[in-house]
Amino acid sequence: MTFLQTLATRTFYALILLLAVLVLNFSMMHLAPGDVADTIAQSMGGADAEVLAQIRTDYGLDQPFLVQLGRYIGNVLQFDLGYSFFYNQPVTDLILSRLPATLLLAITAQLLALVVGVILGVYSARHPKGIASYFVTFLALFGYSAPVFWTGILLLIAFSLKIPLFPVAGMTDVTVEGGFWAHAADVARHMVLPVVTLSSIFLALYSRLSRATMMETLGSDYVRTAKAKGLSEREIVYKHALKNSLSPVITLAGLQFSAVISGAVLVETVFSWPGLGTLAFQSIIARDTPTILGILFFSALVVIVGNILTDLALRLVDPRVGR
Amino acid sequence: MAPLLKVENLRIELTTRKGVAPVIDDLSFELGAGESISFVGESGCGKSMTALGIMGLLPEKIGRIASGSITFNGEELTTASDKRMRDLRGNEISMIFQEPMTSLNPVYTVGEQIAEVLRAHQGLGRKAAWEQATELLDAVRIPNARGRVGDYPFQMSGGQRQRVMIAIALACKPRILIADEPTTALDVTVQAQIFDLLNDLRRQTGTAIIMITHDMGAVAEMAERMIVMYAGRNAEQGPVEQIIDHPRHPYTRGLISCVPHLMKVLTEERHTLTEVPGIVPSLSEFGRDQCLFASRCPQVTQQCLDKRPPEMAFADDQRSACWHAEDI
Repeated sequence: MTFLQTLATRTFYALILLLAVLVLNFSMMHLAPGDVADTIAQSMGGADAEVLAQIRTDYGLDQPFLVQLGRYIGNVLQFDLGYSFFYNQPVTDLILSRLPATLLLAITAQLLALVVGVILGVYSARHPKGIASYFVTFLALFGYSAPVFWTGILLLIAFSLKIPLFPVAGMTDVTVEGGFWAHAADVARHMVLPVVTLSSIFLALYSRLSRATMMETLGSDYVRTAKAKGLSEREIVYKHALKNSLSPVITLAGLQFSAVISGAVLVETVFSWPGLGTLAFQSIIARDTPTILGILFFSALVVIVGNILTDLALRLVDPRVGR
Repeated sequence: MAPLLKVENLRIELTTRKGVAPVIDDLSFELGAGESISFVGESGCGKSMTALGIMGLLPEKIGRIASGSITFNGEELTTASDKRMRDLRGNEISMIFQEPMTSLNPVYTVGEQIAEVLRAHQGLGRKAAWEQATELLDAVRIPNARGRVGDYPFQMSGGQRQRVMIAIALACKPRILIADEPTTALDVTVQAQIFDLLNDLRRQTGTAIIMITHDMGAVAEMAERMIVMYAGRNAEQGPVEQIIDHPRHPYTRGLISCVPHLMKVLTEERHTLTEVPGIVPSLSEFGRDQCLFASRCPQVTQQCLDKRPPEMAFADDQRSACWHAEDI
């Protein structure tokens, strides 16, 4: 299969999967107690049964489940995710305004974890008895076992309160003036702690995995061949061994994409990062069904896109994939 | 004329959990330019270790050359720097391995894997190296070399992959090619093709070949001289025909009688196929001052158990390490 064919088939399956996610999400929200009418009535300061029934008729909530579902799917196909009564905005606009912040956080954390994890893994695989090797083992244990919100709060106490290096919360500082670069530097400063927190779990995973796969490839027959060819140490490690060790790491990184998104919910809440995570948290508290559904839909979309990208990346690294 | 490769009293030690064991113990042999020599013996007799020792590729921190010397073209290799050994490897001395299925890197094209040796040792540019890689593929008789040079190893059969390995090994026209059981993993018809190819290339390039095998048939086909190894020691060495005709070591004789002979006439009486009973001793017994083959030898005497036999010389530099070599 060519690159484009793979992309086309994967996109086709992704659309079917998204539809299934849509139906499942909607059904689950429907089963949960409480609906928008309750929220509206609450915001009006309470209402009697008659008013509630009126609201339900107005918003079509009295219709049979299948009709509501069909209408919802129809709307989503036209990129309309509904209207948030809590935020008084169309859900699509709301999510699109928050999505960049989350993507920035998630992708940076993921990349940082990948790059640092692989470097640590490779180094400790080459020096299995060295200090770095024990550090990786310690890091893996710590990363696995420490809850991400706890790591976040600890980092906050250490590097914002005790040693005020980084801002406590948010994404931008309103007092910063200047052009694009001044603004970018400001965002970068705000990003440091949330990114470090979010990447800590994945750093542990990737360093551990790349250490293991690297040790395996370094002992393989083709690395022996590379040595017998008289290649330099650098070529043997980075050209011959590393490219072969990357496939499992990329596969894991793809699988972890969903975890990055769910991890973002916790990290964003701790650091008041204005992304989807904070939005999800707030809309769940407010029982803002359309927003919750919209966020779930977008999370699914991000995970699916992430998986397709993983597949394509794997093809670049390993020619055997997809043939 | 001085020999191309001279190995003298080589001792290679492996550090195992049980202690240090000599996997190669007091091995000496010579290889002339363009000559072909075979190492024979069962698994675990130290044939591959000898090869890795010459290449400077003994397993790190586990294996080391404890004493003796290896001289290539008058240059001492046991004390050569890592850099010097890298320059020699794949260039002056190259090696092909037993497992063609796993010896090539799965994520690079075969052309790239041949070309990189040329770039590393001959200083060729990308284009020239690729061009020469194509020619080499053709030289190892891969049909449609120009079309296959961009293929990945997984698109080739075992025999083709071994040809690619040979192309890599011969890319820089080495003085010595070490072939470590190059056909063990291949089926019989392909084995014959690989032997033919190696013989032809040797004639064309004048490369000396060290063949490691446990296949007596392959020895007869490929080599002029042979070295029979047992438990890390030289059991017997000399010209192939002479040894097959008159082995001076009971182990050699055992190995030869293991080879089935084809009958010209099917009704002719067949020799019974024999085996060498028992197994190679474990590493921990390798250093003992006795004949290590004694436990499996039909002609064992007390002397064999008391002291390691010295090498006895016969005509045409046939040498046998057996107390009873003259009586055999």
